[in-house]
Amino acid sequence: MSVQIWTYIFVVLSFGLYIGIAIWSRAKSTNDFYVAGGGVHPLANGMATAADWMSAASFISMAGLISFLGRDGAFYLMGWTGGYVLLALLLAPYLRKFGKFTVPDFIGDRYYSNSARLVAIFCAISVSFVYVCGQMQGAGIVFSRFLEVDITTGVIIGMTIVFFYAVMGGMKGITYTQVAQYCVLIFAYLVPAIFISLMMTGNPIPQLGFGSELTPEYGGGYLLDRLDNLSMDLGFAAYTEGLRPTQDVFFITAALMFGTAGLPHVIIRFFTVPSVRDARKSAAYALVFIAILYTTAPAVAAFAKMNLLNTVNNATYEELPGWFSTWETTQLISFDDINADGVVQYSGDAAVNELTVNRDIMVLANPEIAGLPNWVVALVAAGALAAALSTAAGLLLVISTAISHDLLKRSLMPGITEKQELLYARLSIFVAILIAGYFGINPPGFVAEVVAFAFGLAAASFFPAIVLGIFYRGMNRQGAISGMLAGFFFTAAYIVYFKFISPESSTAEHWWFGISPEGIGTLGTFINTAVALTVNRFYPAPPKAVQDMVDEIRLPG
Amino acid sequence: MRDEHARAYWKANVRILTILMSIWFFISFVCGILLADFLDNFRFAGFKLGFWIAQQGSIYVFVLIILVYLVWMDRLDARYARDKKDAAEKRPTEDQA
Repeated sequence: MSVQIWTYIFVVLSFGLYIGIAIWSRAKSTNDFYVAGGGVHPLANGMATAADWMSAASFISMAGLISFLGRDGAFYLMGWTGGYVLLALLLAPYLRKFGKFTVPDFIGDRYYSNSARLVAIFCAISVSFVYVCGQMQGAGIVFSRFLEVDITTGVIIGMTIVFFYAVMGGMKGITYTQVAQYCVLIFAYLVPAIFISLMMTGNPIPQLGFGSELTPEYGGGYLLDRLDNLSMDLGFAAYTEGLRPTQDVFFITAALMFGTAGLPHVIIRFFTVPSVRDARKSAAYALVFIAILYTTAPAVAAFAKMNLLNTVNNATYEELPGWFSTWETTQLISFDDINADGVVQYSGDAAVNELTVNRDIMVLANPEIAGLPNWVVALVAAGALAAALSTAAGLLLVISTAISHDLLKRSLMPGITEKQELLYARLSIFVAILIAGYFGINPPGFVAEVVAFAFGLAAASFFPAIVLGIFYRGMNRQGAISGMLAGFFFTAAYIVYFKFISPESSTAEHWWFGISPEGIGTLGTFINTAVALTVNRFYPAPPKAVQDMVDEIRLPG
Repeated sequence: MRDEHARAYWKANVRILTILMSIWFFISFVCGILLADFLDNFRFAGFKLGFWIAQQGSIYVFVLIILVYLVWMDRLDARYARDKKDAAEKRPTEDQA
């Protein structure tokens, strides 16, 4: 059977599964809709958190990014897993003990102020919104490349599916579909990786395979050594060496970690489990499930790079395998025969280089490049869609709860009944899907750029406010609000300046302390903390009731 | 509400966090970034040590940190519950005396 037919089979089966789950898990109350009734098993929540967390970017782009960054790619790996340590140790148990629905709930109550709540709503919606547009776009791209429907149709199909289970089931529907989506995406990621690892090194475990020796057909020798030599021969840097300035890698890693711990759609997942102990447990499960993909990704990166260099370099254009022309039509890979000898020269020297490779191809085309069976090639589409849709749903829920619960119920219209609140929640998720879909079809240039910066903004706004709220009983509202605003606007200004106002000056010598816009969230986090602690000294301590609440969330149970 | 057991619990909790967060910082920022070039002088199998910690080892340590935290906190919670219960049983007798 052809790849196309297999792809249809996998996509239709997995979508059928999601719809089935949606019908089974309809939400009956706001409690169901916001936190799945608070009765999710920690194991299920761990899987749901993992799917929620691993977006289209993790699935499609990360391994490709690493294969072009070499060792420096570790900032994605450490940043996006190390943030879970912060989340599990510093936030999840206490927020669960606090026991409300959303992050603005916590900020508003802890800082006894509706202004703080509004600032938190603003940050939550802007962070989630940029992020969700990227997911819709990712889903559209996968549809168009694998199923040969145009992007618009692809995005509309994706929107319909998410609409179905998010509007009907709220958090409850989202949670159980995410469990299924985790299984689909991890299977789709691991199977090709295991196949390729076996083929190239004879070791079925990719994590060990990329430190093993190549099989004789691939020329023997340790894979990473061969990759280093091959890269240097072509005029690139050695694969296992770091290129970026150390302080920049340090700051980017920290920004991704703080950002991970500050992303509202991940934090709210811990409101859904029955107890504090379960919150800790499900954070542990989540990291284990995430680590399975994140430790496989660097192996995939190395295998894919090796395969690409082996297959393409110095091959005559006519003799290139079939996948090359398939992906050439999508413009993900292109060959420009500068010296007109009909042979592909891939080189680190721009003057003689004839091959342009989009990083996404390293995952999307990896199984084809390695010559794996059609059904394995087809799995990738279902996996990428699972990753995109699960994250999109989690983000849409944050937007909807921020509007119906935080903005309407808690701030503007405290008198509405539960039924009305539920209706507003469904309405706002519906509107959010439409807007996200619109931007998925007509992506503004800034979306892809900004997704990476959602982390910096989350890091610089939420993370310090929540941690100080838990660990520093005397933190008052004036300190917290000024800290959040200072962190958010400092980070946003730095990013906007270097990315939009003066992109030509975005080089190491113009950056402050050599920190790139990707890493500036770390400095934003420090500024937030410093401003909060300074302003805190000039105003009275929080009221006794709030201090008692802090004492209460610190205790078990 | 803020009795001595609660205070002792929180102190023990902060100690656990300090230890685990130090390990977190050491493995990722110190070994995986600051010392990575130096650690690359050591090898096992096909991996340079610094590279391996940055792309693999640190993640395994993160998982271990959360698992240790889980077990440690379970014990701390149990001790707190026991202390509270003991204290609750002791108090009436003290009142009588």
